[in-house]
Amino acid sequence: MTVLLPDSLDRACAQLADHPEAHVLAGGTDLMVEVNFGHRRPEAVLSLARVPELKGWGRDGDTLVLGAGVTYTELCDPAIAELAPALAQAARTVGSPQIRNAGTIGGNLGTGSPAGDTLPVLAALDATVELVSVTGRRTLPLAEYCIGPKRTARDATEIIASVSVPVARGPQEYLKVGPRNAMVISVAGLAAVADIEGRRVAVGLGSVGPVPLRAPEAEAWVVDRIDWSAGRLVDPADATEFGSLVAAAARPIDDHRATADYRRHCVSVLARRALTRMFAA
Amino acid sequence: MSEITLTDTTVAPPATGAGTATGTRGARIGESASRPDGIPKVQGRFAYSADLWAEGMLWGHTLRSPHPSARITSIDIAPALRIPGVQAVLTADDVPGRRTYGLEIHDQPVFASDTIRYQGEPVACVAADHPETARRAAEAIVVTYEALEPLIDAEAAIEAPAIHPDGNVVRHLVIRHGDPTVTGDVTVEGTYEVGMQDQAPLGTEAGMAVPSDDGGVELYIATQWLHIDQAQVAASLDLPPEKVRLQLAGVGGAFGAREDVSLQIHLALLALHTGRPVKMVYDRAESFFGHVHRHPARMWYRHHATADGTIVNVEARLIFDGGAYASSSPAVIGNAACFAVGPYFTPNAHIDGWAMRTNNPPCGAMRGFGAVQTCFAHEAQMDKLADALGMDPIELRLRNALKTGDTLPTGQVITGTAPVAEVIRAVAEVPDAVSPTIDGRPMALPGGAGRTADPDGVVRGSGFAVGFKNIAFSEGFDDFSTARVRLDRGVATVTCACAEVGQGFVTIAQQFTREVLGVDEVVLAPADTTIGSAGSTSASRQTWMSGGAVKAAAEAVRERMLALVAADHGLAPGSLRVDDDRIVSDDGAVDLPVTEALGDRVVEETVEYHHEPTYPLDEHGQGDAHLSFAFVAHRAVVDVDPELGLCRLVDLVTSQDVGKVLNPLQLLGQLEGGAAQGVGLALMEEILVTDGTVRNASFTDYLIPTALDLPDLRVGELVEQPEPGAPFGAKGVGEPPTISSTPAVVAAVRAATGLALPRTPVRPSDIALAGIEAP
Repeated sequence: MTVLLPDSLDRACAQLADHPEAHVLAGGTDLMVEVNFGHRRPEAVLSLARVPELKGWGRDGDTLVLGAGVTYTELCDPAIAELAPALAQAARTVGSPQIRNAGTIGGNLGTGSPAGDTLPVLAALDATVELVSVTGRRTLPLAEYCIGPKRTARDATEIIASVSVPVARGPQEYLKVGPRNAMVISVAGLAAVADIEGRRVAVGLGSVGPVPLRAPEAEAWVVDRIDWSAGRLVDPADATEFGSLVAAAARPIDDHRATADYRRHCVSVLARRALTRMFAA
Repeated sequence: MSEITLTDTTVAPPATGAGTATGTRGARIGESASRPDGIPKVQGRFAYSADLWAEGMLWGHTLRSPHPSARITSIDIAPALRIPGVQAVLTADDVPGRRTYGLEIHDQPVFASDTIRYQGEPVACVAADHPETARRAAEAIVVTYEALEPLIDAEAAIEAPAIHPDGNVVRHLVIRHGDPTVTGDVTVEGTYEVGMQDQAPLGTEAGMAVPSDDGGVELYIATQWLHIDQAQVAASLDLPPEKVRLQLAGVGGAFGAREDVSLQIHLALLALHTGRPVKMVYDRAESFFGHVHRHPARMWYRHHATADGTIVNVEARLIFDGGAYASSSPAVIGNAACFAVGPYFTPNAHIDGWAMRTNNPPCGAMRGFGAVQTCFAHEAQMDKLADALGMDPIELRLRNALKTGDTLPTGQVITGTAPVAEVIRAVAEVPDAVSPTIDGRPMALPGGAGRTADPDGVVRGSGFAVGFKNIAFSEGFDDFSTARVRLDRGVATVTCACAEVGQGFVTIAQQFTREVLGVDEVVLAPADTTIGSAGSTSASRQTWMSGGAVKAAAEAVRERMLALVAADHGLAPGSLRVDDDRIVSDDGAVDLPVTEALGDRVVEETVEYHHEPTYPLDEHGQGDAHLSFAFVAHRAVVDVDPELGLCRLVDLVTSQDVGKVLNPLQLLGQLEGGAAQGVGLALMEEILVTDGTVRNASFTDYLIPTALDLPDLRVGELVEQPEPGAPFGAKGVGEPPTISSTPAVVAAVRAATGLALPRTPVRPSDIALAGIEAP
């Protein structure tokens, strides 16, 4: 097996261009599990461990730019959590401390699993994913980046450099259902983010469709149910209807983790609770 | 053999072994002896069976059937043999001796040759220079299967066409006691289900076989019972047992999963075939297919009681799914039926127990062994009965609690201790520790890290359960252990084939020897087959059985030592005794340290220790089938988010009938670990099998409790009533904690939600979607 250890983003791109068959390794919390299960037998691995450009994060005006190498533990740091609370909440639900120390937001995007915990948040935030390769850079909205279960628009020669989201403009929530109180794969996850000034609520759903989903009907419906100047639901009971509308946007399946019925039910409850916490608590 | 790295797998105390260094007082009975293997394990220096290594060794890999039921029409191993680095590819035709194995019945093929009876059944195995080569070679073997419709319903299996030459009924046991037609003022009825639990030991199956010069084989293996492995391996190799020598390698947990043969015969075959050491390590997924699981069960019950809450009759029908092969199913259903009514005096009973063969994964031994399943059912029934009577559930249990002198539904009179009321009271007396208001910290609510619950929507319930099971082997089995104690210049060496799987025999052997001989330094020799059998590390039996053998051997050494010292002083034998660490005479004329008493004379004794005989059950399930019983109770408090069906155990209290506390620290470990396993069965642990196919063979999807799922166990007063006949009066403690914890937790969820929840583990959807019409 070939292991490539580039020490810059340029070199990483060049090596990946030469070895498009290489599996890109960041924290390894997905790839190594796949290898251990024998689901993947990589002939080549390109490790991003020594690529400095992927580490760190910064604020550019109202945009939070997160290097792909930012770990879940770093996402929980108050400095980031203040700018993207739901992202921090989602990161905290991932695995164990050891996994959060190793796993990265770029890895979550790279795997592109519908159960990836940060993806519903990124969907709700209309995040953009920056991809680089020897031929240049491009940015894709998350909705165009995630194209199927564990399928993304990333070309085999591209490296995920960063992901950008707007800094929080209102309350945010991430809630996740799993049958264990920690270290569990999402059975249903829901992100809700509000833009008080822009008078918008956006919802992202995880584990209830082939890709992270939005709930456009519910998002549109709820705008008029909120007294935006007070930051309150006009009628707290509307949260229930909001839950039903969000659940209608879910496209869950039956699998060994849960039934579609249970997942849809969860989405309805989570949406109601998220909205209530944001606007009626 | 010198090239084999085994040093740390032996349990001989390293220099850091607490309390064993010369000049230090070692722990006696009742003291918290530290494990000699504890510090190496914590530091990562302990060599588990997966760490075995030998110069020039090969790696083995097993090819398994993807189908739960199939006919094999052809096997072509040629493509595998063509892969460079492959040294052997073996199938059923390469088994020189008996082609089947099994704990009680030899019904399981070493390799399937024509019929596949469960998904994951071995078809061939490979040895190669590299584990990846071995894996690819196994993949290259071309097996043609004709898939068949699997038999998946254990109840239907009673009437269904046989899937095995021995038939589908592994054992049908009927217990008829008193007048089973008696009815009471109140009748409650229910059908209960228990899912398939995995032992989930952190160490997967692993071992190494090394061919020896005499044509035999040395097997280094993590197992629960060296000698039963030896017998099965020898039979399949067609070798005399003495040519198959086993040594215990470091065991990473067992819980019943290592009682059956997994890779033992395959390893030995590969080593003999290649003439080289062969190592094999299952990965986690393979481990789920490589060992037996806890029997799923469907249990119908009807309880009859008088208006004052006295049980007058219990009827039960128990269907246990043993999967494709017998394993220990006969004994498991034996336990399930014998303990079906729980620790309650029941004058009339009709218990119908079935252990069935299906094309589901084979099931056998797991901590609690049959008593876990029925305890879930009888405790649900007791709560239902209390409800029907309008009686406090604890009061109902106390009213019917078994006691010494009572007769069990098997007709056996309990002659040993039976402090059922005492363990119930000990738990009931522990005050509620948890504040009555729901803890509002998000991480402490049901759903934990997922932040799903709001404190307002959370409901709390409390549940109580009592259980019991037998200690040691039953139904007439000649149960024994063998130990040798050698005293040489004040150092005692204990040799016993008892498998240390984490239960703590390593401290028990040292404590017993110190207590009897008065020496501090006690060395444990490696556990291997050079000495007689110790029996299995199961059935909560090793403290009694191997502890008993060590104690008896140490006593024999002590008597010879005292006789020698008496002769030295011209005294009559019997005039001396050991007092702490000195040999003394009553008149004070002799008073010398044990360590110096014998000079360079060596005393060694080997003892085979048998427990009092037990007897088979007759055609009505009557007989003195059991040696001793241990009783246990739990009280659980669970917070539930009823809308999402998520649960959070917030308090767990226990007490146990232990006879005598030998090692408080190790006991606490057993109480905590056993309860955790029971909590897992209550709330999350289940192997999901659909049409005979396992859907969650990984720790990603087979969930076991984390630290956030378990509160600190609170132990009420332990009940110490010395058990007659047991060494130092101590009962085994390993299994009881797993028995009543599950029903206590589920009872708490029932109390919180008002739902019947007749099935464990309770799935979130069982709560969340209850009462919601399917669309």
